[in-house]
Amino acid sequence: MSKSILIVDDSASIRQMVEVTLKSANYQVTLASDGQEAFDLCKVKNFDFVLTDQNMPRMDGLTLIKSLRGLAAYRMKPIVVLTTEASDEMKARGKAAGATGWMVKPFDPAKLLQVASKVLG
Amino acid sequence: MITEQKKDADSQNGTTHEYLTFILGDEHYGLDIMKVREIRGYEPVTKIANAPAFIKGVLNLRGDIVPIVDLRLKFDVGEASYNEFTIVIMLHINDRIVGIVVDAVSDVINMKASEIKPPPEFGVAFDSQYLFGLAPVNEQMIILLNIEKLISSQELGLFDSTALPSE
Amino acid sequence: MSMDMSQFHGVFIEESQEHLDEMEHLLLALDPTSPDIEELNSIFRAAHSIKGGSGMFSFDALITVTHVMESLFDKARQGKFNFSSHIIDELLIAVDVLRKLLKSYAENTAIDWALVNSATASLEVILDPDCRPEVQDDKKGYGFFKPLNSSNKESSKHEEVKVEDDEGFGFFEPIGEEKTTDKEEDFGFFVELDDNLSDSNIAQQEISNNQDDDFNTEADQSTAQADDSTDQITSYSPQTKSASPSKSITETKTKADTSESSSIRVDIAKIDSLVNLVGELVITQSMLNLIGDEITGVASEKLHSALSELERNTRELQEGIMSIRMLPMSFVFNRFPRVVRDLSKKLNKKIDLTIIGGQTEIDKGLIELLVDPLTHLVRNSLDHGIELPEVRTANGKPETGVLTLKAEQKGGNILISVLDDGAGLNRDRILAKARENNIDIPEHPTDQQVWQLIMAAGFSTAEQVTDVSGRGVGMDVVKRNIESMGGRLEIFSEKGLGSSFQIRLPLTLAILDGMSISVGGQIFIIPLVNIIESVQPQSAQLKFIGNEQVLDLRDAYWPIVNLSHVMDLEPKSSLITEGILVLVETNNTRFALLVDELIGQQQAVIKSLEQHYRRVQGVAGATIMGDGSVALILDAESLALKIDESLKQRVEYDN
Repeated sequence: MSKSILIVDDSASIRQMVEVTLKSANYQVTLASDGQEAFDLCKVKNFDFVLTDQNMPRMDGLTLIKSLRGLAAYRMKPIVVLTTEASDEMKARGKAAGATGWMVKPFDPAKLLQVASKVLG
Repeated sequence: MITEQKKDADSQNGTTHEYLTFILGDEHYGLDIMKVREIRGYEPVTKIANAPAFIKGVLNLRGDIVPIVDLRLKFDVGEASYNEFTIVIMLHINDRIVGIVVDAVSDVINMKASEIKPPPEFGVAFDSQYLFGLAPVNEQMIILLNIEKLISSQELGLFDSTALPSE
Repeated sequence: MSMDMSQFHGVFIEESQEHLDEMEHLLLALDPTSPDIEELNSIFRAAHSIKGGSGMFSFDALITVTHVMESLFDKARQGKFNFSSHIIDELLIAVDVLRKLLKSYAENTAIDWALVNSATASLEVILDPDCRPEVQDDKKGYGFFKPLNSSNKESSKHEEVKVEDDEGFGFFEPIGEEKTTDKEEDFGFFVELDDNLSDSNIAQQEISNNQDDDFNTEADQSTAQADDSTDQITSYSPQTKSASPSKSITETKTKADTSESSSIRVDIAKIDSLVNLVGELVITQSMLNLIGDEITGVASEKLHSALSELERNTRELQEGIMSIRMLPMSFVFNRFPRVVRDLSKKLNKKIDLTIIGGQTEIDKGLIELLVDPLTHLVRNSLDHGIELPEVRTANGKPETGVLTLKAEQKGGNILISVLDDGAGLNRDRILAKARENNIDIPEHPTDQQVWQLIMAAGFSTAEQVTDVSGRGVGMDVVKRNIESMGGRLEIFSEKGLGSSFQIRLPLTLAILDGMSISVGGQIFIIPLVNIIESVQPQSAQLKFIGNEQVLDLRDAYWPIVNLSHVMDLEPKSSLITEGILVLVETNNTRFALLVDELIGQQQAVIKSLEQHYRRVQGVAGATIMGDGSVALILDAESLALKIDESLKQRVEYDN
């Protein structure tokens, strides 16, 4: 049973890139285009790993993380922020919200696979 | 035009081309088999008002409404009668389908580009601009038609002028 | 791993074009004095998304410009920035630059760096140069429940956070044994993975989502956006033709930010093949109906009820598939606020644009074809129609002119009008110009006929060729474009009050309710929407007006159009009293169509004649009958052209 990953990004091209990258390593990939949609998906499905953008309509990445950490099933799950924001302050906010880690856009596909294999053991 | 370039290339490497030959009046003609979609019998058509007599009308070809042109009427050759032996060649020209009515379809021939002679300047039903060569086949001369040019010509008036491919 | 990034270009380009359209749209609607925070957020996100994607593809020119834009809107949404109409102009120019750049990347052509630099420079001027865009200043921030342990000397403004000194990748806690000390890493972890979340993080769950952070308000937005009435009307846009001076903008959100969750992109070719298949299905079904009529006995009743069920389902299926191809007119209309804004400045005119009926749906294929003709008509109205403010004032009109774009569905047609309250067409000048250019003029021309003259080839009344609309492309081209879509262009004008250019297009709904009739042994279909009733005329009802025979029915004279003449057929009888008169109403006239007999009502699947043949006068299309034969569908509008002008009864046209 391959691990399932939820990708949350409002940009279709980023979603597509992340999806292709992760599928190449045989992960099961589900897509959501904003935090709200992702949260709704998480309520009914148990993903092994959530990779989320920060700036999105309806619900941003940090709010999503905070919401997910409130769900028992996601309390321990790896959740990584994939964002263009590289400031320390943003990282601090990410950590505070309960993120496992962060990745900066533009991302390197190889790096993304490394991260995925690390968090998914 | 692509076909012209293709022919130049063909003449250099001597590839053969297939032509469908048909009869109109006393003459034998050939057209590029690649342009033929299918050959079928004649069916009654729906007349279109204010069109020249050689445009018989339109019929339903599996959901497409296609015009039928009687070349015998257009070029005033042969006997324009319609019975169970009347043949319609359905052509595919620039994304369009057009049926032409001829006296009979005879054969499919293979021709090397090198064997094709220049067309006669006159003496055939068609204006020489629609011809591109003569192909000798068993003592007989097949007149090769540039069917695309003929079908999309203003003379036949099958298409709106706006829809014509730009030369 | 190496990945061919170019495979993702298409999606990115398309997505970015949508973002740019939305940016432009929002900028035009933005109130500089009190910008709406939601709108600023949306513009920020659009810039941000383009920048993010550009980063992946190393589209540096796009990154450069969007970066400054993003900073600017980041500042704006924090209320630290004042807009002005000049700044909005600059931003619109930047959007145009982005469009150009996107096009260059899409077509792989050289990037105009001079353009990039000048656009960036002018945005920099607007933006406070000391601004540090990377810093997102969150007014509330998040409190930490306890200070984070830091073994690292990095410290942020708020807290000490353990991070690598890399650009943005790191684990906060070591993973497994070793610390991540990769200097070029773009990744980081905040907590040790095989460890439970620290108390502080669990405590974070307690923080309510409604903490005042930037986007929470958006979470309440309704998500029911994916249905076909995706219209959102900005708060200050009356959807009526009130003389309100405010700009009304009908906005259609088909954007990712509201409905992408429940929509997918489908290649139009796939939809078209479905359309064709369903068309075939409808024909097969009507063939079955014919066969069903021959069956008798017990089975026939069962068969008939099954057949009528099939008929209903087929029809719904057809309509469903056709509706997939439909897009709201706002797709075209939304480009015009910008056009009007730019042109009115250039021409020193004051113009308000009103858009009505942007939600009216129209086939995607037509949408694309409408852009050019509409742009031409709008430019014409601005350039030649609406007067300069001083001229308007002198004539006792409000100095601000009103240009209205309107779309509505009427019967089987969609009407798209460009209306202005300008000077109207000048009859004398048009006639003079027509004579000058040797254009045929009918004797004692009606106004209608005079207006038609401006659509003759090579006609232009502009005193001087302005660069707005005298580009040598005349109304004749507009007319031709519209006719090639199977539409018609009609002109109405009142001196001093304005003009209206009305494009009438057939709705491309592939099924039409029709009445089949026969004349000279051939079957034709008349669209039911055009039929009032049918009568068998009595000789007492037939009168002559001049040489023309008319039907006198219920206090009105109906000009008679003889279908056998039009279609060049031999009628069953030469006596009108032995035929049937179908009373037909078109958009602006009424007449009685003489046919041999009525056959019955039926649904017809509309097929194009032009696909393989050409347009035929008086004919809107063709359909395939149950027996496989072809019947022509009549076009009542063009049949009306056969009526002598003197007999025409104008149906009141409402503006």
